[in-house]
Amino acid sequence: MTKNGSSEFRLVGTRPNRPDGLDKVTGRARYGADASMPGMLHGAVVRSPHAHARIVKIDTSKAEALPGVKGVVTRADFPTGLTGEDWDLQENTMAGEKALYDGHAVAAVAATSPLLAQEAARLIEVEYEVLPHVIDVDDAIKPDAPAIRPGAADHSVPEGSPPNVVRYLEFGHGDIEAGFAEADLVMENTYKTEATHQGYIEPHACVGQLGADGKGEMWVCTQGQWYIRRMCAAVLGIEAAQLRVTPSEIGGGFGGKTTIFMEPLSLALSRKAGGKPVKIVMSRSEVLRATGPTASASMDVKIGMKKDGTITAGYANFRMQGGAFPGAPVDMALYCAFAGYKLANVKHVGYDVLANRPKCAAYRAPGSPMGAFAVESLVDEMARKLGLDPLDVRLKNAVREGDKASYGPTFGSIGLVETLEAAKAHPNLKAPLGPNQGRGVACGYWFNHGGETSVSMAIGEDGTATVSVGTPDIGGGRASIALMVAETLGIDYDDVRVNVVETGALGVNEPTHGSRATFASGKAAVESTNQAIKEMCRRAAAEWGIDPEAVEWVNGAAQPTSSNAGKFAPMTIKEIAAKMGSTGGPISGHYEGLPSGVGASFGTHVVDVEVDPETGRTTILRYLVVQDAGRAIHPAYVEGQYQGGAVQGIGWALNEAYIYGEDGRLQNPIFLDYRVPVASDLPMIDTVIVEVPNPGHPYGVRGVGETGITPPLPAIANAIEHATGQRIRHLPISPPKLLKAIKSAAPSGPTLQAAE
Amino acid sequence: MSKIHVTTTVNGDEVEFLTDPRETLLDCLRDHLDLTGSKEGCGTGDCGACSVTVDGTLVSSCLMLGVEAEGKKIETIEGMAGKDGELHPLQRKFIEHAALQCGFCTPGFLVASKALLEKNPDPTETEVRYWLAGNLCRCTGYDKIVRAVMDAAAEMRGAA
Amino acid sequence: MPVIDVNLWSSLRRFAGGEEIVSVEAETVAGMINALKKAYPDLAPALDAGVSVSVNGEITNNRFAPLEEGSEVFLLQPLKGG
Repeated sequence: MTKNGSSEFRLVGTRPNRPDGLDKVTGRARYGADASMPGMLHGAVVRSPHAHARIVKIDTSKAEALPGVKGVVTRADFPTGLTGEDWDLQENTMAGEKALYDGHAVAAVAATSPLLAQEAARLIEVEYEVLPHVIDVDDAIKPDAPAIRPGAADHSVPEGSPPNVVRYLEFGHGDIEAGFAEADLVMENTYKTEATHQGYIEPHACVGQLGADGKGEMWVCTQGQWYIRRMCAAVLGIEAAQLRVTPSEIGGGFGGKTTIFMEPLSLALSRKAGGKPVKIVMSRSEVLRATGPTASASMDVKIGMKKDGTITAGYANFRMQGGAFPGAPVDMALYCAFAGYKLANVKHVGYDVLANRPKCAAYRAPGSPMGAFAVESLVDEMARKLGLDPLDVRLKNAVREGDKASYGPTFGSIGLVETLEAAKAHPNLKAPLGPNQGRGVACGYWFNHGGETSVSMAIGEDGTATVSVGTPDIGGGRASIALMVAETLGIDYDDVRVNVVETGALGVNEPTHGSRATFASGKAAVESTNQAIKEMCRRAAAEWGIDPEAVEWVNGAAQPTSSNAGKFAPMTIKEIAAKMGSTGGPISGHYEGLPSGVGASFGTHVVDVEVDPETGRTTILRYLVVQDAGRAIHPAYVEGQYQGGAVQGIGWALNEAYIYGEDGRLQNPIFLDYRVPVASDLPMIDTVIVEVPNPGHPYGVRGVGETGITPPLPAIANAIEHATGQRIRHLPISPPKLLKAIKSAAPSGPTLQAAE
Repeated sequence: MSKIHVTTTVNGDEVEFLTDPRETLLDCLRDHLDLTGSKEGCGTGDCGACSVTVDGTLVSSCLMLGVEAEGKKIETIEGMAGKDGELHPLQRKFIEHAALQCGFCTPGFLVASKALLEKNPDPTETEVRYWLAGNLCRCTGYDKIVRAVMDAAAEMRGAA
Repeated sequence: MPVIDVNLWSSLRRFAGGEEIVSVEAETVAGMINALKKAYPDLAPALDAGVSVSVNGEITNNRFAPLEEGSEVFLLQPLKGG
């Protein structure tokens, strides 16, 4: 085991094997589609082929007549009268009056085999009245765009706004006009990013069972079993407590598995089929057409800069579509856009716009990558124009502890400057660049999150520990929690078992989202452990006949705080545990609450690219991620989060996009055409873990999951300009797009800039 | 549709199952033989999560019909560790290098990597990256996977 | 009871007489929200729709989070992570 950085801990900062590793390398681990139940049926979903259409009639008679078909459901089988987010969830689960996007569910069927269910789905006849649709955010915000959901606008939208604007937001401070007047250079540009999909390799899958008595069970791949429970209960009009949701192992989520899609359909079908369990497994094209992509964005940014790089004012006006439902993360995009800069004058304006696309779901630092793309691109353009080093410009304006954030509040402990300095010192910055090669840098930000958390831990009779957490393990969460509990308890890492438990076993937990699992469940696990330790000290004190306050816990044993308290040999956890049945019963600890002390995380990325002037293809030569982890509990999985986030960002920058036809249908709903990065596209991803401990966590954790996806979008655009002289302001920077820019730039070919 | 009887060898054991001729080998492994270690990530041969070997050749089991398995020798992730449970060096190195996060793509990567090392015991990093280009991982960025495969290859060469 | 200066995001200001910072008496986040609704009834729909509150630089969903004289309080759009 190699330690990382500080050695003040016995276990925290080491790299032991993950507890679920053996199951996952042998094929034993059970994911969403791996479960079966006795008497199980299989479900299939009928989906709209139209982007926008009134549902005139659904005829299910032929399907129902097919032998082996046990139930069909449409929206008529769901309760009415829901409002707000619950109505949105229900409407997205199953279309009501209108199909709102290509892939929107309109009916579902359960049968005795998957093939039969698919055959029955094809027999369901749906009559549509096709309506005009709108896909692109700039088209959707036009006053004459087809109105998708009249009346969906909330209180924030000024009167007279275009029909698809459902939320409006404006915030900032200072006087931007005065700020721009102080600047030596003012630039303004428009940037666009396309919708991308989280792209988890495991399609959504569940087995749901719901009886006539209103009691149900569900096995499902999800980031949050309580979210599934609450949302299914709301959509179906059943009681949350009667639904027991067990999370499977989860094959990736990235935010996309924090909500419901076909889960209520399996329950509704089960209820219809006399309570038999119904399994639904999505195909990849269903995943791409009908589950959480991210929003697409059109963004204007204006910045004023002095000759020395000081930023005097910033303005951002973002329009984002998040599908046919309110909820594009335009708020968070704006909060994060300028978060790395200390600004006296800043103004943000945002529009959440409806379009005929699937309802967006959270995707790793929702909104932040788009905001970073716009602002970090423009900052780079301006630094280039003024002949300034892009890292120095960022250092000059970087926020530090005590500075006011662009979105208002004062920052506590943060590590942006430390990441910039670590990036500057890294050998990658000195690597020579050849022809057609360029280097780009960019920073990124995420808030991180605490949230509703309930954890329970118990000491076994042999002095080992079991921890029950409610946050599914997506990327090594069990390992990091086991490390913290073992460290706190003073026992071996292998003597702690961390279980991710079902909804009946703990109070409500938010999902593994917001980079919160190691922060929040980890903090809760440590608090629970401290409770158990206190009880063990109390029992030792009782045994010794001394004041419990005079007992402390050191290296896995209770001992008197000083010889004045009494002369007793330390009583080990094994000794205390062995006697617990006769000293007061089970020893356990619990935490229920909203862990406070969340620490935000900044990162700085540096990328070197080479562009082939013949084809426009961009190759990543070197990639460096520097990010503040607060403290890395298990550094290998921290590196893994940095690397995985960066590569998702690389895909977003270079290749991934939802492509729609004129007919409003998604043109690339398979992995062949929605091409995520593969191993041969990439070099090794270098990482530097900066540790500016978060004072709000017992081991200094900030949360590491999300920040890493943010900087790649602008960093790569910046590197490409360095390599080719071409500034591309609309992602993805695909080979044909870049080639066109190169060819149209100068008859003599690309203007190559000398490497620094 | 009437079902077809198939006899085949999976991980050294002779097995029989009845399959609808429309079912893929992956469906048969998962639904008829309870071998759920092979995963369906796409159903179109793009993600490699269903990788198995058939008579020693690496295939996407979602692209082969179950009926085509008749008389073949199939190896899946469930057969990779020794009978006593001793892990294949690749399996061990994947754990040691933290080469998995969610773990869903891991069986496919392991089966594909084993096929690579049988063909080429001393691959370069580039050869590993191109061989594994048919296996998608969305969590790791491939860095630790490539390192684990290279390290396993080195160990296996040393041991041989 | 402590007097709390609450920073509103710009598009909320039109519901609060155009003020950027409004002062209310409150000891907790919930008390602050209730006092705001009482003083500025037009803010109620926005506040009921859900807000995140930043107290001394930390965004909290805890309505019982304590406030004291001089606490830095910002109302923010509700935040979610991935």
